[in-house]
Amino acid sequence: MKTIHREESKAVKITLIAISVVFLVLMLVLPLLSVIVNSLKEGVKFYVQSLTTEYVRSALKVTFIATFWAVVVNTFFGIAASWLLTKFSFKGKQILATLIDIPFSISPVIAGLAFLMTFGRLGWASGIINKINEFLGTDIKIVFALPGVVLATIFVTFPFVSRELIPVLNAEGKEEEEAAALMGMKGFAIFRKITFPHIRWALLYGVILCTARALGEFGAVNAVSKTRGKTFTLPLEIDALYLSGSADSTTAAFAASSILVIIAVIVLILRNIMEYKAKNK
Amino acid sequence: MAGKKKGNTRVIPGFGLTLGITVTMLSVLVLIPLASVLVYSFRLSFSEFMDLVTTRIVKNALITSVVCSAVAAVINCIFGVILAWVLVRYEFPGKRFLDGLIELPFALPTAVAGITLSKMYSDTGMIGKPLAALGIKVSYTKVGLTIALVFVGIPFVVRAIQPILEKLDDQYEEAAYMLGASRRRTFFKVILPELRPALLTGFGLAFARGIGEYGSVIYISGNSAKEHTQVISYVIMQKLNYLDYESATAIALVMLIISFLVLLFVNIVQIRQSRRTNNV
Amino acid sequence: MYVELKNINKNYGNFKASRDVNIGIEKGKLVALLGPSGSGKTTILRMIAGLETPDSGDIIIDGKRVNDVPASKRGIGFVFQSYALFRYMTVYDNIAFGLEVEKVPKKEIKKRVTELIELIGLTGMEKRYPNQLSGGQRQRVAFARALAPNPTLLLLDEPFAAIDAKVRHELRSWLKEMIHKVGITSIFVTHDQDEAVEVADEIIVTNRGRIEQMGSPIEIYKKPETPFVATFIGEAVEVENYHKLRGFEKGDYKGAIIRPEFVEAFKSDNVKFKNIIDYSEEGIIEDISFRGNCLELVLDVNGIKLTTRRSLERRPIHIGEKMRVVVYRLYAYDEEKSYLLENAELKGKEVVTL
Repeated sequence: MKTIHREESKAVKITLIAISVVFLVLMLVLPLLSVIVNSLKEGVKFYVQSLTTEYVRSALKVTFIATFWAVVVNTFFGIAASWLLTKFSFKGKQILATLIDIPFSISPVIAGLAFLMTFGRLGWASGIINKINEFLGTDIKIVFALPGVVLATIFVTFPFVSRELIPVLNAEGKEEEEAAALMGMKGFAIFRKITFPHIRWALLYGVILCTARALGEFGAVNAVSKTRGKTFTLPLEIDALYLSGSADSTTAAFAASSILVIIAVIVLILRNIMEYKAKNK
Repeated sequence: MAGKKKGNTRVIPGFGLTLGITVTMLSVLVLIPLASVLVYSFRLSFSEFMDLVTTRIVKNALITSVVCSAVAAVINCIFGVILAWVLVRYEFPGKRFLDGLIELPFALPTAVAGITLSKMYSDTGMIGKPLAALGIKVSYTKVGLTIALVFVGIPFVVRAIQPILEKLDDQYEEAAYMLGASRRRTFFKVILPELRPALLTGFGLAFARGIGEYGSVIYISGNSAKEHTQVISYVIMQKLNYLDYESATAIALVMLIISFLVLLFVNIVQIRQSRRTNNV
Repeated sequence: MYVELKNINKNYGNFKASRDVNIGIEKGKLVALLGPSGSGKTTILRMIAGLETPDSGDIIIDGKRVNDVPASKRGIGFVFQSYALFRYMTVYDNIAFGLEVEKVPKKEIKKRVTELIELIGLTGMEKRYPNQLSGGQRQRVAFARALAPNPTLLLLDEPFAAIDAKVRHELRSWLKEMIHKVGITSIFVTHDQDEAVEVADEIIVTNRGRIEQMGSPIEIYKKPETPFVATFIGEAVEVENYHKLRGFEKGDYKGAIIRPEFVEAFKSDNVKFKNIIDYSEEGIIEDISFRGNCLELVLDVNGIKLTTRRSLERRPIHIGEKMRVVVYRLYAYDEEKSYLLENAELKGKEVVTL
């Protein structure tokens, strides 16, 4: 008679663990190491050099500007939207929540396309921009210029902060805010004194995720940015370096990538620290 | 105060303000630009639209994207269940590290992932070289493309299943054990059905992401029209570079429909699940 | 004895879940393991089932030591606290699960499952899923699922905990009837003394990992052996200076427990109590509270607070009113044991109360 086990046998356990470890090492660890190895192929001096070229410096600047605005705008939006969606009930709430999540589920290329079709040569808003330029004597451009890059970055990272805040606020409920409001506390004071302490970590994590995603956005900005050294972000510069084909430029592409890899690893570490904190609370 | 309107019973302040901010920002930054795509593509007549989205290149790219994303999502489902199981049920050195690593594809920029995978699996790369010696070519083939999509989709499936496994009541397994079921039967008959909705959700999300994926696949796939390794978002980008906005918006509409259908599927699965399991 | 536990010990870290547990259960009996939460009753049940292993001691079922026999080979049916019905299987598939595991032919499975569904009165609901059933129906399915493979011992973990108070009563008698009809030796865990008294043939009272007392419901109720059982069963008011009450003398005890039904309070002109009025003493009503089907009075007798019940049909009373009070008996206790003391003055007297 076979004995029946309540748990898997040791052999099954070890096999499953081995499969998991091999899969993750192959799929995740090796690519990570590969970036570092490839970026240092030509030595440290070359590495530093390729990070300080005119193009890379310009790309870093554009990336940081786009990321800064994406984080500011989406944090502001995220706080307002999560307050709205968790503290009140109203008609169409579910639809609104779904609409906010749209940028998650569509291709970044379509995001870029959307701004092209709005502000580009054929876009309905291009006439308005032209009129403004005529009137003010300015030369504001949206697509194929910095504003387009910023807008595309905001679009793809749009729900990142609200998505981190909503579950936390939902779990917290609204009794505390209601009690404070009944005692006559004003709106912003309620947020600062009652709500904010609950969402501090989630907000920080949302901001970090938003930053990481904004720094690395590629498809959307690719559609609205065409000038290397002017409107290219770091991922676009990496793309240009990699596709130019020479061994040196490939190494330079990996060198530029290593900056983003380091940021990605920091994001992962922070995420785990926060998860750990949330669990132990 | 029974006569008061429902809207007036909100105690917490800020409804009007946050509603205004949310709707305005959502409209200006997301909905109106997206609507521009729709409006532009609706200007085409139906036959024009069909002509644009059924050219050989577009058709092949659509098939490639759908098939490779589906295969990658299936692979992710299998490994996702194993990974989630191992990370929830077993203790072993390095577990915290692996668990923390799962979300790397979310954190790593797609372009970086793309060039790294492409390099690794090329004939001279650290994995491509030994595989090439065995006569297996990965980079610039559909295999490579699928591997990139597996990379992108890992966290969706694992993170969908993990919380369900963690919360799964011991009683189900104990009940199966008391009734004499082997571990294998318990897993396939009792545990897997519990995971199925989460698995389908994870599948849907990974699949949707795969179809729209751009940065991580374009380097490893080779983008050859002849080899059928062009993905659909690559084709859109190409059309944009040729200033062929009609085609680009028409294809975008098809992709939007696909992602809408996938999201609908995920939502139906979740609603059905909550119906089956509520108050049990 | 059909089920025997000998010198069972079980620790979870520093927590002693079972301390030297010895139990014997006769074949065919319906036994309740009764105790407060954390008293170790569920641990005992799970050790008998084979879901937990004792640190030391023997578990014997039908004369065989089963410590090393896997749960499914012990011939046990188990009903879980929240039933653990498989949510993605129909009623039929749930009940058939154990039989399919044993590779019983399809035809026989069908016969057995149909028979069980009929027994639990859910004919026509075979194709339903657990969430389409009421709490009571779920319990019936869990019961049928546990019985399907023809176990010789049925274990039930808090079988009524997940059911609304209203339906609970009905299900108690249903389950009692079913178990006696099937004739299977059964053990169920409960923290509810009413449930244990009402359903079980025999009660085992547990406390802090120990067995306090075993016996029939009446024995447990009338002759609590330990101070814990005396306070846990029934309603108890603790009185330290019980010897100040008329008819009781000071013994070598720590205190006493007096249940409301041990106390009689009546107006001095009540002729129904004329034969005991001579042995009564004065008590002043301190508090009256409405208990739905009766009144509860708190009386001050010689500085001792006593509680008793009063039918709503009797004459009205008010706070501060002087009553005559007789205490028929009480449970005096020391550290270890509890002793029944009868009112010495009433001994040999014919006490008639109506």
